[in-house]
Amino acid sequence: MVLGFAMIWYMWWLAALALAGLFVVAIGHTFNYRRDYFVSSDEVARAETDARARRMSDRADVAGAPPVFWQIEEAHGTSHAGGGTLLGFWIYLMSDALLFATLFATFGVLSSSFAGGPTPKELFDLGLVAINTSILLTSALTCGLAMISLQAGKLGAVRLWLAVTALLGIAFVAIELHEFADLFAEGATPQRSGYLSGFFTLVGTHGLHVTLGVVWIAVMLFQLGQRGLHDENRRRLLCLSMYWHFLDVVWIGVFTFVYLLGALR
Amino acid sequence: MTDASNAHADSHSPADEAGHFALRTYLIGFVVSVVLTAVPFWIVMHGVIDSRAVAMAVIVALAVAQILVHTVAFLHVNTRVQGGWTLVAYVFTAVLVLIIIAGSLWIIMHLNTNMMPGMPGGSMSQMP
Repeated sequence: MVLGFAMIWYMWWLAALALAGLFVVAIGHTFNYRRDYFVSSDEVARAETDARARRMSDRADVAGAPPVFWQIEEAHGTSHAGGGTLLGFWIYLMSDALLFATLFATFGVLSSSFAGGPTPKELFDLGLVAINTSILLTSALTCGLAMISLQAGKLGAVRLWLAVTALLGIAFVAIELHEFADLFAEGATPQRSGYLSGFFTLVGTHGLHVTLGVVWIAVMLFQLGQRGLHDENRRRLLCLSMYWHFLDVVWIGVFTFVYLLGALR
Repeated sequence: MTDASNAHADSHSPADEAGHFALRTYLIGFVVSVVLTAVPFWIVMHGVIDSRAVAMAVIVALAVAQILVHTVAFLHVNTRVQGGWTLVAYVFTAVLVLIIIAGSLWIIMHLNTNMMPGMPGGSMSQMP
């Protein structure tokens, strides 16, 4: 509510504060591990048998035979409950892909609206972009190594590789911010032309995703320290890895269509 | 390859929901991705291909290839994980992404053409 109020009245400091508050509350919520309650199939069978015995107690002729329960699915245990979450998270990632698709489309539409401003050839330092791309690609590998350690049940290795991934993510964001600062210093701000608006929205949204990914890794490292390779942490790590690899896929689109094709233009 | 078949035999491991992670898959995916990244940067930064259209086509093709490599090697999208539902969602999203991007560009390009000032029949020509 505060966020909406602040956005309507352009109170940017309040909007930022409210958004940060939302994130803090959401992250705080993840520390509550006692949310799910599972009713085991045995418990259901017992309750049903008892209820039936109570109903049948006045009809002695049929009460003798106990009811038979058919278990359609095998009992998987709670660790298996992660499957639905993973698929759900995948659907979220796909909707995020649609968000990026609209931003790519907007960028594409505005890609020649320079309004007399600078063109990509003058703006971008491809060497820097190449460094950033290799950083993100390497972080995808370290994230994968974390998942392999997770599979092997090695907590220390998981934390090490996650920390390396987070550091690479921080380096990526830092270089991107440096690039943005250079562009601003040259007067290439989002207000300068339609092209630059599209550029900053698209690349900035990706950078924001990476930043949030780094925050997620930080929270995850803390929770791993608290609880170890708990089932829920395992599930969260699988989601985190999907998120990180997804961001790398989006970056392929960014460096190809924004930077490389921009430089060819 | 034996890793993958082992993982499938043990259908109750939690990893089965997300696919089995094999170090080999990751390393191969990484090396192929590095090549698929390095080549387009090399093409653009050193102007290897003279024709702009050919260079653009090659770069886009390499990007599509790399996206597919990432999808298979890192995101583990295949017909087995989650009973193939991740693959269905992925293909559906890919179609939507193509419609959004290609459709927007197509429509707006036509609008841009028709909006050129001074063109007969264009809306700008009726302005004083």
